[in-house]
Amino acid sequence: MTQQGAYYVPHKSIWPIIGSVGLFVTMFGAAHWINGQTDLGRPMFFTGLAVIVFMMFGWFHSVIGESIRGSYNSQVDVSFRMGMMWFIFSEVMFFAAFFGALFYARNFSVPWLGGEGHGLFTHHYLWDHYTATWPTNGPGNIGGKFSVVAPWGLPLLNTLLLLSSSVTITIAHHALRAGRRRQLLVFQALTVLLGASFLYFQAHEYMEAYEHLNLTLHSGVYGSTFFMLTGFHGLHVTLGTIMLIIIWLRCAKGHFNRENHFGFEAVAWYWHFVDVVWLCLFLFVYIM
Amino acid sequence: MAHASTQGHHDAHHEAPSGFFRRWFMSTNHKDIGTLYLIFAGLMFFIGGAMAMVIRAELFEPGMQLVQPYFFNELTTMHALVMIFGAIMPAFVGLANWMIPLMIGAPDMALPRMNNMSFWLLPFAFTILLSSFFLPGGAPAGGWTMYPPLSIQGGDGIAFLIFFVHLSGISSIMGAINIIATILNMRAPGMDLLKMPIFVWTWLITAFLLIAVMPVLAGGVTMLLTDKYFGTSFFNAAGGGDPVLFQHVFWFFGHPEVYIMILPAFGIISEVIPTFSRKPLFGYKAMVYATASIAFLSFIVWAHHMFTTGLPLGAELFFMYATMLIAVPTGVKVFNWVTTMWGGSLTFETPMLFAVAFVILFTIGGFSGIMLALVPADFQYQDTYFVVAHFHYVLVTGAAFGIMAGVYFWLPKWSGHMYSERWGKIHFWLSVISVNVLFFPMHFLGLAGMPRRIPDYNVAFADFNMISSIGGFVFGASQLIMVGNIIYTVFFAKRKASDRVWEGAKGLEWTVPSPAPHHTFSVPPVIDDSLLAHGDVSH
Repeated sequence: MTQQGAYYVPHKSIWPIIGSVGLFVTMFGAAHWINGQTDLGRPMFFTGLAVIVFMMFGWFHSVIGESIRGSYNSQVDVSFRMGMMWFIFSEVMFFAAFFGALFYARNFSVPWLGGEGHGLFTHHYLWDHYTATWPTNGPGNIGGKFSVVAPWGLPLLNTLLLLSSSVTITIAHHALRAGRRRQLLVFQALTVLLGASFLYFQAHEYMEAYEHLNLTLHSGVYGSTFFMLTGFHGLHVTLGTIMLIIIWLRCAKGHFNRENHFGFEAVAWYWHFVDVVWLCLFLFVYIM
Repeated sequence: MAHASTQGHHDAHHEAPSGFFRRWFMSTNHKDIGTLYLIFAGLMFFIGGAMAMVIRAELFEPGMQLVQPYFFNELTTMHALVMIFGAIMPAFVGLANWMIPLMIGAPDMALPRMNNMSFWLLPFAFTILLSSFFLPGGAPAGGWTMYPPLSIQGGDGIAFLIFFVHLSGISSIMGAINIIATILNMRAPGMDLLKMPIFVWTWLITAFLLIAVMPVLAGGVTMLLTDKYFGTSFFNAAGGGDPVLFQHVFWFFGHPEVYIMILPAFGIISEVIPTFSRKPLFGYKAMVYATASIAFLSFIVWAHHMFTTGLPLGAELFFMYATMLIAVPTGVKVFNWVTTMWGGSLTFETPMLFAVAFVILFTIGGFSGIMLALVPADFQYQDTYFVVAHFHYVLVTGAAFGIMAGVYFWLPKWSGHMYSERWGKIHFWLSVISVNVLFFPMHFLGLAGMPRRIPDYNVAFADFNMISSIGGFVFGASQLIMVGNIIYTVFFAKRKASDRVWEGAKGLEWTVPSPAPHHTFSVPPVIDDSLLAHGDVSH
C-alpha cells in the first residue's frame, strides 16, 4: 500500500472510538462520584480507566506493528514529531495556569489582603489584623497553623535525581544511536530507577507534610498551590516513568534501530519537559 | 488537468466506504469526519437555539410567564456553552477537516485516527453537559463564565460542566494539533506557505491559539473543582486566594477564544469575496500579517472583561489601549475585503450575500467593541444588554454568518449538486433582517440600563424586548430553511455542480470533481500557480 512518492493514510481503527468511550465513562463516573448522589460513580470511574488502559495497549500495539512492518514513511514520522511537540506545548500551558495562580497569589492577592494598594477595603473591613506573609493560609487561617517543607533536604535530593535522570536518558539515546545495545539497556534502566526513586521520595515528602508539618491541601492558598503544582508534576512523573519502562521493554525487544526510534525520542522529550517543570517548582515553590 | 489529481486513488487505497459502523465510527477519512463535525454542529445549533427561543419567549413581556427564574439562569448558561463549544467551534473544525486537505493538496489530515477521536469525544462531552439538566439542583446556572463563588455554590451540575470542559478541551487540542501538523507537514510540493489560501492561514493561527489557551481553561476549571470538592483556597479570600484570580485565568483563555471563533470566519470570507468579485484578494500578505497580529494581541487584552473588578489603574489603562490596538489589524481586514470588491464584477449568490452581510454587521459588532473597550464607558455598559448586543453581533452575524457563507459556498463541492439559490436567498434575507430586529434593540436596552441574565425587567424596557423577541422567533424559524435546503441539495437536487462550481473560484479544491471523491490527492498534485488564488504573490 505504501509506495514511493505516495502519501500514507492509515487504515480504519476501532481504538479512537473505544478511547472516547473510555474517557466519557471515566469523567461521567468521576462527576457522579464526587457529588456522591449515586454509588455508581466510583465503579464507573474505574471501569472507564480500565477501558482507557485497554485502548492504550490496543492502539499502541497496532501503531508499533505498523511501524515495525515499515508502513510509515518519513512524512508520517514528521507528523508524529509535530504531534508530540505541540502536545508538550499544551502541557506547558496547563502548568502555566497553576504557576500563574501561584504568582498572582504571592504578588497580588496576598499583599492586597494585607492592606497594600489603594482603594481596597477587604483588609480594612474584614481582616485588619492580617499581615501579608508568604507562606500563608490566609486571614482565615484555613487548615490551621502549618510549616513548610525545607528545600535543602528531600527537594534538593529530588532535584539531583531528576537532573541525573536527564543525563542517563541522554547517554541511553547516544548509545541507541551508536548501536551500543548493552549501554542503552543499562542507562535506560537507570533512568527508570531514578524516576521511581523521585516518586518514592515525593510520596515520603507528602506523608511528612501531612503527618508532621500539618501542610495539607486545605492549608489555604499555600497548600493549594503547593499540592496542586507538585501533585500534577508527580502525576506527570508517574506517567513518564511508565512510559520509560515501556520504552525500556521495547528497547529490550529490539523495536528500535539507529535511525528509526521516534518512540524513544518522544518519551525523552516528555521526560525533559517534566524535568524543566520540576526545576521551576524547585525554584518558585520550594526555594523562593 | 481537472481530474488528474484523483486518478491515483483506485490503486493506492483499498478502503472505499464500507459498512455504516466502520465508515462513521472508525473513520480515518477527513471528509467523513468533517461531515460528522458539521452535522453535530448543526444539531447543537438547534439545541442551543431552542434554549434561546425559550429565553426570548420569557422576555417577550415583563413579568414571569413561562419558566422559573433559576431555570432561566440554567438556560442562559447552557445556551452559551452549547453554542460556543457545540455549534461554532465544531462547525469551524468540520470546515477545516473538509477543506484544508483539499486546499493544500494533501490526501487527508496528518493524524487521521486522532482526528476521529477528536470528533467522537464531542458527542460524549455534550452528553455529560446536557445530562446535568436531569440532576438534583439542575444544570449549571452561574453563567458560562463559571465565576466563583457563585458557580460553586449551586448544585451538582458544576462538576459535570467541569468534566465537560475537560473532554471538549482534549478534543479541541487534538483537533488543533492535527490541523497544525497537516498544514505544516502535508502541503503538496510547491504549495508554499505564502501561496496557501487565507482560510488555511487563519486556521493555522487559530490552531495555535487553541493549543495555547485550552489547557489554561482546563487548569482554571480544575482549580474550581478542587475549591468546591477538595478544600483548596484558590478563589477563597479567607485562605489567601482571590475570586478575581479565576476571572484572570478564565479570560486568559476566553479572549483568545473569541478570536478562535472569528478568525476561521475571516478566512471563509476571504475566500468567498474574491470568488464572487472575480478578483484576487486585495492585500493577501497584509491579511496574513493582520491575522497574526490579532492573534498576538489577543493574549494581552484579557482584563478588558474585568474593568469593574477593581483592577489597579495602570492595568485598566494598559488593557484599554491594548484592546483598542486590535482595531488596527481588524480595520486592515475590513478595508481589504471592501477593496477586493471595489471594481470587481460582482454577483450576489447566497454565499456572497452572507459574506457582504458579515462585513457590515461584524463591523458593527467591532465598533460596539471599541465602545466597550473604553474603561469609563465600560463602567456604564458592564453587564447590560449592550454587551449582549455586542457579542451577538460578532458571534451570530460574525461567526455564524461566516459558517453559513462557507456551507453554501462549499456545499456543491461536497454534495455534487447545486443548492436552491432561491431558497438560499430567502434564507439570507429573512435571516439578515430578523437578526437585526433581534439584536439591534438590545443596544438601546443596554444603554437604558437593562441588566443581562435576568428573567424579568422594568416595564420601561417592554417595547424593545418584544421587538427583539419577534426578531428572535423569525430568525430561529428561518434557520429551518437552511436545513431544508441542505437536505434537498444532498438527497434530492437534480442540478449537477461543475468541478469549478463558481465562475471566479480559484484554488486546488476546485480542481477535484464535484462531489469530491472519497479519496483525493493520493499522490501529491503538481501545483500550477495559475490555478491558485494566490499563486502570484511575490515573496
